[in-house]
Amino acid sequence: MDEKIKAKIMDDKKMKRTLQRLAIEILERNREADKLALIGIQTRGVHIARRIQVLIKELEGVDIPLGILDITMFRDDLHRHEQQPAVKKTRIDFPIEDRDIVLIDDVVFTGRTIRAAMDSIFELGRPATLQLAAFIDRGHRELPICPDFKGKYLPTSRRERVKVILQEIDGKDEVLIMEPKGF
Amino acid sequence: MKLLIKGGRLVDPAAGIDRVMDILVENGKVRDVAAAIKKAANCPVLDAKGLVVAPGFIDMHVHLREPGQENKESIASGARAAVHGGFTSVACMANTDPVNDNRSVTEYIIARARQVGLVNIFPVAAVSRGLQGENLVEMADLVEGGAVAFSDDGCCVMKADLIRKALEYARMLGVPIIEHPEDHSISAEGQVNEGFISYKYGLRGILKAAEEVIVARDLILQERIQSRLHLTHISTAGSVGLIRNARRAKTPVSCDVTPHHLLLNEERVQNYDPVYKVKPPLRTEADRLELIRGLQDGTIDCIASDHAPHTRDDKDKEFEYAPFGVIGMETSFPVVHDRLVRTKLLTLNRLVELFATHPARVLGLKDRGRVKPGYPADLTLLDLKKRFKIEESDLRSKANNCPFLGWEGQGAVAYTIVSGKIVYSYKNR
Amino acid sequence: MKERTFRQDHLLGIEHLSVDDIETILETAEAFIEVSSREVKKVPALKGKTVVNLFFENSTRTRSSFEIAAKRLSADLINFNSSVSSLKKGETLKDTVLTLEAMNPHIIVIRHSASGSPHYLTTFARSSIVNAGDGFHEHPTQALLDALTIQQRLRTLRNLKIAIVGDILHSRVALSNILLHQKLGNEIALVGPPSLVPAEFAKLGATVYYDIRRGVRNADVVMMLRVQAERGARNYFPSIREYRNLFAINRDIFSLASKRAILMHPGPINRDVEIETSMADSDRSVILQQVTNGIAVRMAVLYLLKGEIHETLN
Repeated sequence: MDEKIKAKIMDDKKMKRTLQRLAIEILERNREADKLALIGIQTRGVHIARRIQVLIKELEGVDIPLGILDITMFRDDLHRHEQQPAVKKTRIDFPIEDRDIVLIDDVVFTGRTIRAAMDSIFELGRPATLQLAAFIDRGHRELPICPDFKGKYLPTSRRERVKVILQEIDGKDEVLIMEPKGF
Repeated sequence: MKLLIKGGRLVDPAAGIDRVMDILVENGKVRDVAAAIKKAANCPVLDAKGLVVAPGFIDMHVHLREPGQENKESIASGARAAVHGGFTSVACMANTDPVNDNRSVTEYIIARARQVGLVNIFPVAAVSRGLQGENLVEMADLVEGGAVAFSDDGCCVMKADLIRKALEYARMLGVPIIEHPEDHSISAEGQVNEGFISYKYGLRGILKAAEEVIVARDLILQERIQSRLHLTHISTAGSVGLIRNARRAKTPVSCDVTPHHLLLNEERVQNYDPVYKVKPPLRTEADRLELIRGLQDGTIDCIASDHAPHTRDDKDKEFEYAPFGVIGMETSFPVVHDRLVRTKLLTLNRLVELFATHPARVLGLKDRGRVKPGYPADLTLLDLKKRFKIEESDLRSKANNCPFLGWEGQGAVAYTIVSGKIVYSYKNR
Repeated sequence: MKERTFRQDHLLGIEHLSVDDIETILETAEAFIEVSSREVKKVPALKGKTVVNLFFENSTRTRSSFEIAAKRLSADLINFNSSVSSLKKGETLKDTVLTLEAMNPHIIVIRHSASGSPHYLTTFARSSIVNAGDGFHEHPTQALLDALTIQQRLRTLRNLKIAIVGDILHSRVALSNILLHQKLGNEIALVGPPSLVPAEFAKLGATVYYDIRRGVRNADVVMMLRVQAERGARNYFPSIREYRNLFAINRDIFSLASKRAILMHPGPINRDVEIETSMADSDRSVILQQVTNGIAVRMAVLYLLKGEIHETLN
């Protein structure tokens, strides 16, 4: 589908401030830093989680473990695809049991990805708490899921798409709202 | 009963004729062949203008499966297929059930053929009892019963001593021995031509040498015995070379090749479609081209279909488990004409030699293979302009294991006339 | 990261795969390795799909490997065992498969002694067909799991010398590996007696050696094939003793290979026939790792094949 930019919501400075705030909020909520762990959802959630991990180290001097989660195998729409979506790596090198886990993704939308991520995590163990951090919450939830930490709430229409552009992947930082061409 | 065939182009290589001639047929025999024959009263006329008139085609290698395997083919269905393909005579091989190794089976086949009518059927009897390769059949008795030749086709006569004795004994009777050249100890459980393709597709191979060692063996024996030896369905360049050299050395030998070996090569087996599973196997492109050269230079005498019908279930199997063989009587002329004559690799005159003149000579059918007053009026009329497409629904054979389904081209059988009777006409199919 | 597309309906052989397809399968398999390291070794990716294991040859390892792979993906599995099969009662393969298909499976995994049987199934079956070894032809998942193992150990699948030693003529493992490494542009050395290594294999981009020392020299991968006593009985070689003397791998010969070389074998191994027992157990041997990787590769294949029932051609 051809798309065009409808609006630029954040630039690199704003993104940096938002990430700092998220890191502080996560720390405030989780006082026992040795029980805390971050899990980023492939692909962009991983980069956001990694930045938050670095910011926490700067703020508190602690190394919070970071895991990578691919939820493809737990998607509820696998049977609908013409072609199977690519499976990416999952790597969680620490026990999940009794930890405070913060699940991190770039955008939360219908909530189905988070549902799949939760299923996937419970296959791995039983965390003490499971929290959700979303860099952008664009609404339109289809499941009873609500982020504990959100970078920004961004009301959108369904035909629009939110793009979180990241230095690690795209070579710059910004958040855009895209809409189909011809609108 | 009379029939005047008017205005056709008569191609009769034995008489050296290739020009427009009228042919008058009376009581099943050719009465007159002349530039212009006046129509007598009450004589039906077949307008052959624009058609080629050839001596009746003879397929000297077919399997009619009767007696014993009438689910694959019968003398009746085989006869219908034969005339559909333009054949006025066929020679049927002995690997029936029971084997045609005694006079009663030969006489049964002849009696059935007579009941069916349509086409002349010449039984070929086995060389060895039960095709076991051990003991000779009663050849003289079989010849008296109507067998025209002897062959263990389907199997090779593996014992050199037995083929030697068969050739010697047959010499007394003046009948040919038709050898299926295949050293079974080499071919063993082979499925396809051995070489790159067999290795790449994991199929057991049949070396070309399996054929060539028998060709060489028989030629060496024949050099001294001077009997009548015919090597059937040769498939390799090496065989063509051996036979070419033997003929130069004046060793009496004849041979035939099938349309599928002339027009298809081993690459067809890559999809494991059992319709391409034949014995001898489809060979390499170089072999195929050398077989065509063999036709051009006269090394190869005849084209014979090795019509080998199988049921649909027989062939609807894993490649390895499917039986060998393709049907061919109904497609031989159109595919060979379109691919070899229209492309100028062979002349029409040569094609008629390969389909009629030479098979008659090889089988010793003294009054066939040419159009001559007093001879049976067996004629094949061809429409060389007619387009054809080979469709399964058109086949008269019970079987459909035809590798040429879907092929299109130009040149079709127009009429098949056996003993003066029109047994096939493309006008009322 | 490049998004790959996998558009095969069936896995009949390496022959039909592009390099991209091969890489997609291997990448997907790497992702699935993690599943097998979990305490709960199961993901719901193929929930509601049915896989049929249709094995007409004895093969506990390949059949179990596909079975575990299907189960770890939450597929339902039917094991069709040849020893109790109706084939013995004269039922044809076609009828057997049509009967099984009446139960609406999504994927049929077939092992059969006749080359091309999986290809034959595709002419009438509606399921995705996976070749788990057909006659002397191909065994694509074996070559793929071998490739995954090589990649894990050597960190690359390019610019390698792969030596394959033994009965090349009758080995579907060898043929699939030859085709795979030919596609990847690797150097392939085939070693064995001429009766088991026809010179025509050179046309597949391989070099044929009758001297194991020359074939193995500087190889990065040495792949030994199981030698069947039956071949000896058919005079492909005079005796197991002579075969061992000429073509078995031992420390002495293996030392000619590259410093990082690994030793592979598709199993089951004949200790002290084609492989000296201490070599089989050495740290250069990756034989057990191959078995482990087999599950991930087969999970990847089952996952990537659409497995949807598609309309048959006729």
